[in-house]
Order: sequence, then C-alpha cells, then structure tokens
Amino acid sequence: MGMRVTDFVYELKEGLIISFQAIRANKMRSVLTTLGIVIGIVSVTLMGTAIEGLSRGFNDSISKIGADVLYVQKWPWFGGDEWWKYRNRKEVKYTQYKAVERQATLIKGASPACWTMAPVKYKDRSSDGVATIGSNEEYLVTSGVMMEVGRFFSQAESDGGRPVCVLGTEVADNLFPNETPVGKSIKIGTSTFRVVGVIEKQGSLLGLESLDNRIVIPIEAFFQRFGSNRGIQIAVKAADIKNLDDTKEELRGIMRKARHVPPKTEDDFAINQQEMFVQTFNAIGSVVAGIGLFITALSLFVGAIGIMNIMFVSVTERTKEIGIRKAIGAKRSTVLLQFLVESAALSLIGGLIGIIISYPLSLLLNQILPTSMPLSVVAIAILISIIVGVVSGFLPANRASKLDPVEALRYE
Amino acid sequence: MNVINIRNISKTYVMGTEEVHALHDVTIQIDRGEYVAIMGPSGSGKSTLMNILGCLDTPSTGLYEFNGVNVSEMNDNELAKIRNKEIGFVFQTFNLIPRSDALHNVELPLIYGGVNSHERKRLAAESLQHVSLGDRMHHRPNELSGGQRQRVAIARALVTKPSIILADEPTGNLDTKTGDEIMLLLEELHHNGNTIILVTHEEYIAEHANRIIRLRDGKVEKDEIVAKKIVPSVA
Repeated sequence: MGMRVTDFVYELKEGLIISFQAIRANKMRSVLTTLGIVIGIVSVTLMGTAIEGLSRGFNDSISKIGADVLYVQKWPWFGGDEWWKYRNRKEVKYTQYKAVERQATLIKGASPACWTMAPVKYKDRSSDGVATIGSNEEYLVTSGVMMEVGRFFSQAESDGGRPVCVLGTEVADNLFPNETPVGKSIKIGTSTFRVVGVIEKQGSLLGLESLDNRIVIPIEAFFQRFGSNRGIQIAVKAADIKNLDDTKEELRGIMRKARHVPPKTEDDFAINQQEMFVQTFNAIGSVVAGIGLFITALSLFVGAIGIMNIMFVSVTERTKEIGIRKAIGAKRSTVLLQFLVESAALSLIGGLIGIIISYPLSLLLNQILPTSMPLSVVAIAILISIIVGVVSGFLPANRASKLDPVEALRYE
Repeated sequence: MNVINIRNISKTYVMGTEEVHALHDVTIQIDRGEYVAIMGPSGSGKSTLMNILGCLDTPSTGLYEFNGVNVSEMNDNELAKIRNKEIGFVFQTFNLIPRSDALHNVELPLIYGGVNSHERKRLAAESLQHVSLGDRMHHRPNELSGGQRQRVAIARALVTKPSIILADEPTGNLDTKTGDEIMLLLEELHHNGNTIILVTHEEYIAEHANRIIRLRDGKVEKDEIVAKKIVPSVA
C-alpha cells in the first residue's frame, strides 16, 4: 500500500504547523542554533555577489579593451613577481611604432599612445586628474570609440602636430557645463589647444580608472610640449581576429628587429592582450570562490552540527508527544517527516536571516564592484539552507521515528 | 461478532538476564457493543494487556484478531493504521498536545488518517460539541480544567468512529465529581453503541462496566458478567 499524495500533503502541513509552534516556543534557542547557518549563508551570498561583480566588471573592461587589439608595451600586464626583470628594459619608442606601421601587413590599424597628467583649464574652470594622451588619427580604429559631437583630428593635423584636441565626456562636462566645447580653446599645461570633438561616454576600467577623464592630442604636438624622449605603447588592431596569433607573431618579429634583439634571446618587450585579463579574472575569481567556499563549508558544518544537536534535544523533550502522536496513528514516516520539516524550517530561518544580513553588505560591496545580489544566489542560499536542515535533522528525526510508542508514552 | 479475539497470548520481557512473564496464556473475546473493565493490582499485567489490545505492542506468542484480522504479526505501519482508524485512546494523563488548541488536538487523528481539511474541521467540531465543549474549541489544554481536558481526549478518541474506545484509568487524575462526570460520559457512549474497554484498579470505577476481567500475575483470574445497571438518561 503506497502512501497517497494527499496524506503526504496533510502530514507536511501538520509538520510545518508543529515546527513553527515549536520554534516559536523556543525563539532564543532556535535563533542561536541557526547562527552557523546565518554565517554560512552570509558568506555564500556575499561570495556569489562578489564573483558576479568581478565577472561583470571584467566583462565590461574586456569589451572596452577589445578582443582583437594587441598592446605592445615595456611591461606585461600581469607580470607577477618578476617585475625586476622588466624594470631595466628599454622603453618602447615612437620610431618602433613607425616600424610597425610601415611593415605590418596583418593589421587594420596601429596607434601610438603616451600619457601625461597636466592641469587642464578653460577660462576659470579646471578639471582634475585628466590624462592627456598623445596619439594619432588611428586612435579611432584601435580604441573603437565613437564621437559624440564634432570629429576626431585628421591625419594632416596629427602629422603636423596641430594644437587640436578631442575630449572625453567627463572632461567636457567639467570644463563646459553650459556651452558646447567644439571650437573653444583650452589650456593643457601652458599650451593652448582647440577642441574639435568629444568622445562618447566610455565608463571605467574595472570600476576604477575612468576612460572619460581623458584628452587626446596629436602625438607630434604632445612631443613638442611635453618632451619626445619618452616611452610609448603601441595599440594594434588585427585585420582578422582569427589570425590574432599570426598578427602577434608578425608584430613580434618587427619589434625584435626594431629593438635589435639578438636571436635566441628573450623579447625585451611585452605584447599584451585581452586574454590576460581573462586569465587574471579566473585566478582572482577562483581565489574568492576558494576562500568563500571554505568559510561557507566550515560555518555550514558548524551550523549543521548545531541544528543536529538542538534537534536531538527537541526529540528528547518531546518524547511523550511523539508517543501520543504514534498512539493516535502517526506512522514512522509521519514522525520522520515532522522532525525533518522542523529542522529544515529551523535552518531556513537561519538562511533567511543570513540573506537579510547579506543584503546591506552587498550594497556596500557595490561601492567597489559593479554588482547587486543576484536572485540566483538568493535561490541557491535558500536551497542550501533547506538541504543543510534536512541532512542535519536526519539522525534526530530517525531516532524520533523509531521510538517505541509504549516507552514514549511512559516518558515523563 | 467478536471485535477482539485474543487466544493464548503471552508477553515476555527480558530484563537484564531475567525473563519477566508479563502475560501468560491469556484468552479473551470481546463483542461489539460491550463495556468491559480490566482490573488488577499493579504488576498483574493489565498495562501490558492494554498495550497489546491498543496495538501499541504485539504479543510474544499467541493470536490477536481485531475485527477478524490478525494483528499479532503486523509491522509498525500497519499497527499505526489500526490505531488510527479502529482504536480511540483515553489516557489517565489526558495526553493532549500542549501547544495545539482543542480543535487541532481532536483533528490530529484525522490528519494522520488523510481526511481533508474541511471535513476534518467539521468532524472535530461535531465531536467537541458531543462532549459539550463546543465553546472551548480554541482553548489550549493549559487553559482547560482537568475534566475539560479529559473530554477533549474523549472527543479525540471518538472523532474517527473507532471500533473500540480504550480508556486507561480515565479518572485517575480527576477529583471524584469530575471523575463521575467522565464515567457518565463513557456510559452514554456505550449506550450509543460504542465498545468500551476500561482499565482500572478502582472497584467502584469498574462497576460501571457490564463485564469485569480480573488479572493476577499475568493470568486471567476471573471473567464475569456483572448485573445490569440502570442506564442513565441520555440528554
């Protein structure tokens, strides 16, 4: 004779009623018992939120870097602890950019870039922390940016080192809150530049470095004003992302020749690409997940032991009640279900408290990472707390279900 | 027809190294509609007999047929089902669930019997009205007097319309007046056709029954029909 579904539903409902009565009767004890679960759930939800934030942040940043763009630089992006090896390298120079531009065949475009932080002014207004980038008209191709208003400077302006500039939206908003920037003259350091356009809003890299607090000027003009004896980076956009490796090899060959690297010695420059970001993200993500999982597992384990312990106490306290229920027809499975429901409910309460605590913490996390607590993480947290409750309640519930009704009724 | 047919049952416990014969070769038949008292001093085996009659326990040897079905070899689940459907327990200490109100206590056997919520509420309320507690349905046991608690327990025993009502010292925790009221209620139930088995060690309580079975040292000492009394008028 199988158990009817309706029987199960009635018993489950009864189990829930009993659980909440029992938990209400022992509020303090119940809440303290769930402390381990609370910590476990806080840790699992925050970990989930942090990983979500990291991945969202990295994905945004990666899309800004562009999958088909290679960066030739002195430093590798993620050199790890071998920084001393790179420190004494020669800078990448503009002449090397020229070599790349002339010789490379597998590219759609290449642009040089060098930076400086100079004070920027328009009339009595100024903008802080602005990066002034010297580049050429190819910047449009390699960075993939679009113009919001005006235009980018032309090849003629670039080659001639004309005093023209293109603003990021942040700079434009700071200097020109009430007027159109195009056609106006601004001061970068001590030099005057005419604004020819504004780049569309780019957002920030990893939520840290704004891509909009920038000014791009012709590199020849940059060298005249800020000095030409400086290192640059070369951004190269591959003609076809499928040939990225070939493009990289070609680039390597050109750079080695231009920098006179003897055969069979290591490169004295780095060719960086988006893939490195992905690798680093994975590394950081797994560290966060590892730490989070360890804390989660540990506190859930402690929580589970706590619940098991309190459920054993509860079973002993209610031996008589179990006897009564058995006398009037509760089967073993009925009693088992009742106590499993109770420990699951106990654990679930812990889980819900955990989620309530995590929510404001996730808002705090949002100050650092672009994230919000994902619903999937909430669902997983609820599921985990129920499972922990059922698992940790099993031994006590099993003991309760196997009580002899005669003995249990005699218990005082 | 026999509702209870016990033949040559024995119950032996092992206590440490000693074997205790709680019941020895007991044979009893009880018909539908009877009002039987089981009497005996402590240690006579009447508790053991009651546990077996109530399907809380099974005999070591012998046959127990309930409504013609052999229950002596049933497993836990089958016994639970018999207890749920066929037996209404009334205990000395009432044995209500303390955190549940009267209505929920009476509903409980129906929950385990798989009766739907609407029907359950109707039957439980009806049963409580039957024991004159229609106005106390939402009181918890600790808000009720001893007599009222025992009546809730009787309502719970009655709600499944069981084949027998098994009352174990039902007046043991009550004062004489309240005890008499409970005995009157049992007589009324008997009058309405219920089969009642009363376990007691008090002679004057046992006298309410039509038949008294006396146990001593795990054996039936005496099984006698007592003189018909005047049945109290039923309201």
